[in-house]
Amino acid sequence: MAKIDADTKIDRALTEFAERLGADDPVAVVGGRTKWEVGGAPADGTRMVAAPTGIVSYLPSEMVAVVRAGTTITELQSALADAGQRSALPYWGNGSTVGGALAVGQNSLDVLGRGRLRASLLQVRYVSADGHIITGGGPTVKNVTGFDLPRLMVGSLGTLGSLAEVILRTNPIPDTMRWLRGQGIDPFAAFDALFRPSAVLWDGKTTWIKIEGHRVDVDAEQAALVRRVGPVEEVDGPPELPAHRWSLAPRELRHLDQPITDRPKTSNPTYPVGRYVASIGVGTVWASEPQPARSVSDAIRTVAARMKAEFDPTGRLNPGRDPYTTAGM
Amino acid sequence: MVLNRVVEGAKRLVSPDRPTTSGDPLLDQLRGALTADRVHLDGVQRSLLSHDASVFEGGVAGPVCYPTSVDEVVAIMKIADEHGRAVVPRGAGTGLAGGAIPLGAPIVVAMTKMNRILDLDIDNRIVWVQPGVINLDLTRYLRPLGYHFAPDPSSQQVCTIGGNVANNSGGPHCLAYGVTNAHVVAIEAVVPSGDVLALGGLDAEPLGFDLRGIFVGSEGTLGIATKVAVTITKNPPSVRTLLLSFDSVRDAANTVSGVIAAGVVPAAMEVMDAKITAAVEHYVGAGYPLDAEAVLLAEVDGSEAGIDIDADRIADVGREHNATEVRFAKSEDERALLWKGRKTAFGAIAQIAPDYYLHDTVVPRSKLADVLEEVYAIAERHDLLVMNVFHAGDGNLHPLLIFDGREPGVLARVHAAGDEIISASLAAGGVLSGEHGIGVEKQKFMDDMFSHADLDHQNRLRRAFDPTCRANPGKVLPMGHSCADIQALRRVPSGVWG
Repeated sequence: MAKIDADTKIDRALTEFAERLGADDPVAVVGGRTKWEVGGAPADGTRMVAAPTGIVSYLPSEMVAVVRAGTTITELQSALADAGQRSALPYWGNGSTVGGALAVGQNSLDVLGRGRLRASLLQVRYVSADGHIITGGGPTVKNVTGFDLPRLMVGSLGTLGSLAEVILRTNPIPDTMRWLRGQGIDPFAAFDALFRPSAVLWDGKTTWIKIEGHRVDVDAEQAALVRRVGPVEEVDGPPELPAHRWSLAPRELRHLDQPITDRPKTSNPTYPVGRYVASIGVGTVWASEPQPARSVSDAIRTVAARMKAEFDPTGRLNPGRDPYTTAGM
Repeated sequence: MVLNRVVEGAKRLVSPDRPTTSGDPLLDQLRGALTADRVHLDGVQRSLLSHDASVFEGGVAGPVCYPTSVDEVVAIMKIADEHGRAVVPRGAGTGLAGGAIPLGAPIVVAMTKMNRILDLDIDNRIVWVQPGVINLDLTRYLRPLGYHFAPDPSSQQVCTIGGNVANNSGGPHCLAYGVTNAHVVAIEAVVPSGDVLALGGLDAEPLGFDLRGIFVGSEGTLGIATKVAVTITKNPPSVRTLLLSFDSVRDAANTVSGVIAAGVVPAAMEVMDAKITAAVEHYVGAGYPLDAEAVLLAEVDGSEAGIDIDADRIADVGREHNATEVRFAKSEDERALLWKGRKTAFGAIAQIAPDYYLHDTVVPRSKLADVLEEVYAIAERHDLLVMNVFHAGDGNLHPLLIFDGREPGVLARVHAAGDEIISASLAAGGVLSGEHGIGVEKQKFMDDMFSHADLDHQNRLRRAFDPTCRANPGKVLPMGHSCADIQALRRVPSGVWG
């Protein structure tokens, strides 16, 4: 792909997107629908609009890419890979979009290696409920200029603004990426044994570990792992993940393999997860059972409601969708 | 750390105590909620806490409170609400953008007595701390246990975690590890209504809006942090530190871009020009070359097996850009000395002139060399001495304008040059601040970077936390946006407080 100098001016694609969204009726932005049920589906009668597509610019030496929200993750990652880089975006399959992933806000499976998605968003352009194109953040990798609108947009499910274009931080793809698998080894000891694992996954019996870096680093880390926790074998990739996504504190994963009645009383979860794959050191659990509703304090709900009222006074953005529910996860 | 504060005009004088036990319900209520010895109205306290490390003069601290618990912070907020008073939180006061100075005569809430490390939670890779814990103290506590707190601003010997949260602080080692926002997972905060919010959480992906993320870097305008869960970062098994010398700042800057383009993201890449290295060398004897126009201090960390690969790549890129010397630190002592030089750079300037003004902008790495040349030209046009020591890997410039504030007219030249440096950075596609924040320093430039509608949305974000604009009002957003306007209307007439 040609390397284009970053042009941060608002282009026609964005103004046309704003025109399509309008300023009056209930509206939602539709991406690849790969996580469409997260937070609940939009209310009946909501008009669907697709976000603009295309990579506006990509400068590998700056480690930033300017990309329109409707661009597929596949297209972006392919362009980045051509220059030996990648982003923190998760991969959800064909059709999933950059804007959709940011609106949902879920991290990649190998978040320990790629970094959190929310930290990778440098600048955001979104269309406000009243039809203005709003810019928040900035194009540089470091920036504390004003209030942090990009952070607010990640995980807000499009209920505060409709993502149009973003600037993402990119990172080099490591020289070597290796998945290892060990039967019956202690996943927590494996996590402790490694300096910077990219992922440690555990299904209660088997542990999968992703190590990245220079080949000599990966070899040395693998050797240390074997010494400290037991034998592992190289495999092609991670296991298949159950459908539902839970969010727990890393400590809460320690007792997942025990029957609920045997777990310490202070331990969570106290409800069945079913078949699972847990991300050690992170707290994400993919499980066959959905995560029950999580409590949200009244004080947080008050601020969240005020935020919604400030950004979308008439409630026209993604009506029916609630960032504070576990529905669809 | 700023050694000498530049004062425009005479310092505002704070009158001696007024009677404190009668006729003053605000003060009585505050002393009832805390204790009398932790609510001050004496001239020294108020004068001291009317300033921070910036050059800016604002109003004067009203009552100064030193809470020791979240309940006391809640009480302060509710009393302030009852009396319609603004509240200005502060940590160590090392901010350089005037974010902690009072405007009008607000209640100043000094968080320095809430300074305990509460709970180290290795399983969750976090530690809960109170906001008054000093940055370096936290790392000193963690390091023997195999961890550290990654953000390491130059003021880390005195700045507090609460201040780091307020400013989203950075530091040399944030190139690879990220700034404060990347290292804060949860915050207990008291908002102006007196409500206590649990922002974020220890779980992998907390539900809802990222209120934690927007609180970090909000410069005390959304509320007061009373407890913070920060991530602890494993100490690297191995570290390599390099010092590369160049005949031009341009070669040093281009090396930085070249290293990133080569696919290496070092832990740190710092550039210092000849004037600052000479000052540092004379000050602490860090072993910097005196015949180089610029030096690049680079550090990589990781596993021992492969660490030399990245270090050698950096050295190669430097040589491709005409490095005259590439030196690897041969011992931990040598490495520590090289970093001591970098971290004491601002102190070293006192040998040259009594005052300095430190700027903070960020530009794309590829524009570093051009903008630096422009910075030198700006200083020359205004007949000022400028030194550059900066976080080159992030494109984060820190031009230091050096001067003697006693020289007639010099301050006008300093401010004019500063304005041009900011304009040059924005013209190069940069931003107003990389780590110091906006405070009162750069409010007037916000319109240059954002549209009216953009700023309106920033103000909406703020109002969701603080509908009546009582938390550190008059900061960040420029006049023309509600909190700044409300503060202007609320300025307390002189004489009301003492």
